[in-house]
Order: sequence, then structure tokens, then C-alpha cells
Amino acid sequence: MTPLERYESLVDDVEAFRAACDRPLPSVVRVNTIKATVDRVRTALDAAGVAHEQTDWHPGVLRLPADSPGRNWPHAHGWIHGQEEVSNLPAVILDPDPDDRVWDACAAPGSKTTQLAALMDDSGLLVGNDNNLGRLSALRHNAERLGVTNLVVTNRDARNFSLKPLGGGGRDADDGVDAFDRVLVDAPCSCEGTIRKNPDAFDTWSLDHVHSVAGVQKGILRRAVQATRPGGTVVYSTCTFAPEENEAVLDHVLDAEDCRLVDVDAPLDGVSGVTEWDGEAYDPSVEKALRIYPHHNDTGGFFCAKLEVGA
Amino acid sequence: MSDDPANDGQVFDRLPATAAEREVPGRATRAEVIEWWVDRFGLSAETFDGDTFWEKGAGKIWIFGADLPTPVDVEGVGMTFLRTRQEHWKPTTNAVQRFGGAATRNVIGLGPDEAARFLAGEDLDPAWDGDWGYLIVAHEIAGEREPIGVGLYVHDELRSVIPKGRRASLPARE
Repeated sequence: MTPLERYESLVDDVEAFRAACDRPLPSVVRVNTIKATVDRVRTALDAAGVAHEQTDWHPGVLRLPADSPGRNWPHAHGWIHGQEEVSNLPAVILDPDPDDRVWDACAAPGSKTTQLAALMDDSGLLVGNDNNLGRLSALRHNAERLGVTNLVVTNRDARNFSLKPLGGGGRDADDGVDAFDRVLVDAPCSCEGTIRKNPDAFDTWSLDHVHSVAGVQKGILRRAVQATRPGGTVVYSTCTFAPEENEAVLDHVLDAEDCRLVDVDAPLDGVSGVTEWDGEAYDPSVEKALRIYPHHNDTGGFFCAKLEVGA
Repeated sequence: MSDDPANDGQVFDRLPATAAEREVPGRATRAEVIEWWVDRFGLSAETFDGDTFWEKGAGKIWIFGADLPTPVDVEGVGMTFLRTRQEHWKPTTNAVQRFGGAATRNVIGLGPDEAARFLAGEDLDPAWDGDWGYLIVAHEIAGEREPIGVGLYVHDELRSVIPKGRRASLPARE
């Protein structure tokens, strides 16, 4: 059984699901509004002869049907960034404001981090953390190319992330960070939803890996809730279908921490979270989460949930 | 052993506001950094009102659009901005792309062919009768001037100092 067959009982249209998983994805870029407007990018792409079409759900997300995203003037200026269409969703759902204090707990290589910076108009404080130092250099390169100045980069295990390096925890100055307003947990996962982009995604798949990464996900999401101020927002996302890594993680954190799931106001099509899987039943509120299969919007697969931290 | 403070290349330290507050020898001040961009490129001094400036590494200055207590034990704050502690201060490509659009001095405009060659890392010999030293290199795109990066103009030659990771060979347009 391939990993995808494992989920056919959950999918609304198995034939369409299989067919979509077999098709490659088009190149997609996000317009970096820190450095350019959508109009200016489209004018420059036209002048360079690069075909582009706007997605119907986001004016700043463009499909380039015939081109790679990296060989044109808009890319050289840091006006656009190659980013899979559905991966634009979690930052939109988190919806940070300028002047917010935001933590991206698993930030490298930085597509969503730089998108958060743009949504914040590059103001306020954005902390981009990753436990992998090698991947952090990609994050820094991307952030600098896109002109981000409000980002602090940290190299910690998100499961026991300390606010002390940010002057928090009541240690010294009163301008330190004691809690975040919003946190994005785009968790490390088994990446089943990226099969259209990365046909090797299943080569390393095993149920043991799913269970092991789910343990890490629970630890990171718990810490994210703890580090968020009362009334603040945490968005949890993965690019995988396994309920063990999605609804089961939410169920665990709902039980362990003071938080609740809220509706996801999503501009992309998807279906509700599942409340039962493999003999387990989850908290009924996990239905508020969003599952996106590749055939829903002709994108990669995705999971996204929004939590409000207890006031 | 001296107890005089020295530059520690491993931690971020805030730039002193002015020379009177300088404790670490050779460290640029916030006032000097802003003055340099104003003098060299004609930016308005208010451009950087909301930013803080930090040194990590010898003369590597970072611009941060927020504030934190100092020093902070992190991997990066904001973006690399300027190289000091050398004879001629040098802005980074990314700083020029982000802030150089407002420059009114020491900006050299290139035509389409020259701009593409500059981005690919080639040295050029464009007409220029202004200052020698580091210039902002720009071109026209989508109807407006836009900075590409930093060029070093010496001996009637414009050297491309675009970092290798930012160079690109764009497809030729007929």
C-alpha cells in the first residue's frame, strides 16, 4: 500500500485525487510587497516575456506556466519569491498586523517567514526560528533578498524555545519579549502532500517516521501555545495527510494546554478535519481544521488549523 | 590584561548613538552611519528613524526595523547593511536594493544590455564623470528607476560587486 492509498477512505473523490497527485505542479511565485506592487511585477514580467496568470484567490500569487521563477529581473530585485501556491495559506490565515510580535517556530527556508514580514509591512517584531543551522542560512539569504528588516533569526529547538535571548522572561529590559501575539507552527512533517513537487517524498516514508514526527509536532505546538499571550493566535500547518500528524496533534494540545480551535476563514477549497482515524476518536472541534487535497485547487496537499489561546 | 571593551565578533552589539558614547574602539556610531547614507547617496536622515543598528563581526553593520535589549544572543537581527572598519565604507547589495531607490547622488544608470551584464558579474566602462568609489547601480524597469546593486567605480571602470549568490544570467531578449 502506498501512503496515498492509506487515505483514500478520507478523500471525497478518489479518482480526481489520484489523477492530481500524478500531475506536476506549475511554478508559482508570490509578489514581495516589501519591495514592489503586484502591478509593477506584472508589468516587468510582461516586458521580460514571462507568461503569468493571477490565482483567483490571491492577487499576489502568480502562476508562471512556462517558466522557472528565478531567471528574470523581478526575481533579481527581490520582487518575487518562488513559493508553492498552497503554502501561501498559513500566513494568510495567521493574518499578522504591523507592530505585532510574531514567532515563526519552524521558519527555514523562509518562504512563509518572509510572507509574514510582508503582511506586517516589515514592522513590529518577527522571530524566525529553526533547529537546523544549515537551513537557517537559506532563511537569511531569502530574507535579505526580499528586503526584510524586522526579522530576528534564532537557532533553537522550538520545543523548549526560550524568550531570554529576546530579553523576555522578566530578565532585564522592559522592551524584551514576554509573549507573542501570533505564532506560526509550520511543522516538520512526512511531506506526503508535496508528492507532486517532489516525487521522492515517499522514498523515506514509514509509519514509524509518522509516529516519531508526530511526537515532535506535539512538543512544538505546546510550546507555541505557552509562548503566546492570552487571546493570541497560533496557526498549525503541515504539508501532509496523516491524521496522526494533524488532528491527533491538535487533540493532544487541546487537552494539554489552554487553547481552543476556531474556524479557518480559508480562500481555498478544502474539507473539514477528521474526528476518527484508525480506531482513535479526536476532540470534535478538530472538524474546524482544513484539509486540502491536491484535486481541490490543483495544488499540493495541505493541513491548516487556527487556535485561540485562552484569555 | 586590559578591561577595555573590544568588538566581540560573535555577538550583536548596538551601535552607540554618537562618538561621545562610544566605548568600543573603531565602532561606527549610529549618527555616522546615517550621515554616511545622507552624504553619499542623498537619502533623508529620517529614513532610518524607526531602525536600530548593530555590529556583529568586524565592521559588519546590521539594520533592524525593531528593537531589543542588548546584546542579543541570536543568529541574525534585521539585514546586513554596511561594512565599516575599512578605508571606504561599503553598502550591501540588499541594503542598496531596499533603500537605494530614494538616492539622489552617486547613482549610475545603465541601459538594458549593460544592466544584464552587471547583474551577471561583468565589469563595465560606462560614461561617468562623478565620484569614484562605491556607487548605486540602477536601471529602468516597469517605468521607474530601480537599484540593482553596488558597483565600485575606479580608474574609469565600473566593477560589479554583486555577490555570487545574487548574480544571474538572464535570457537574452530580442
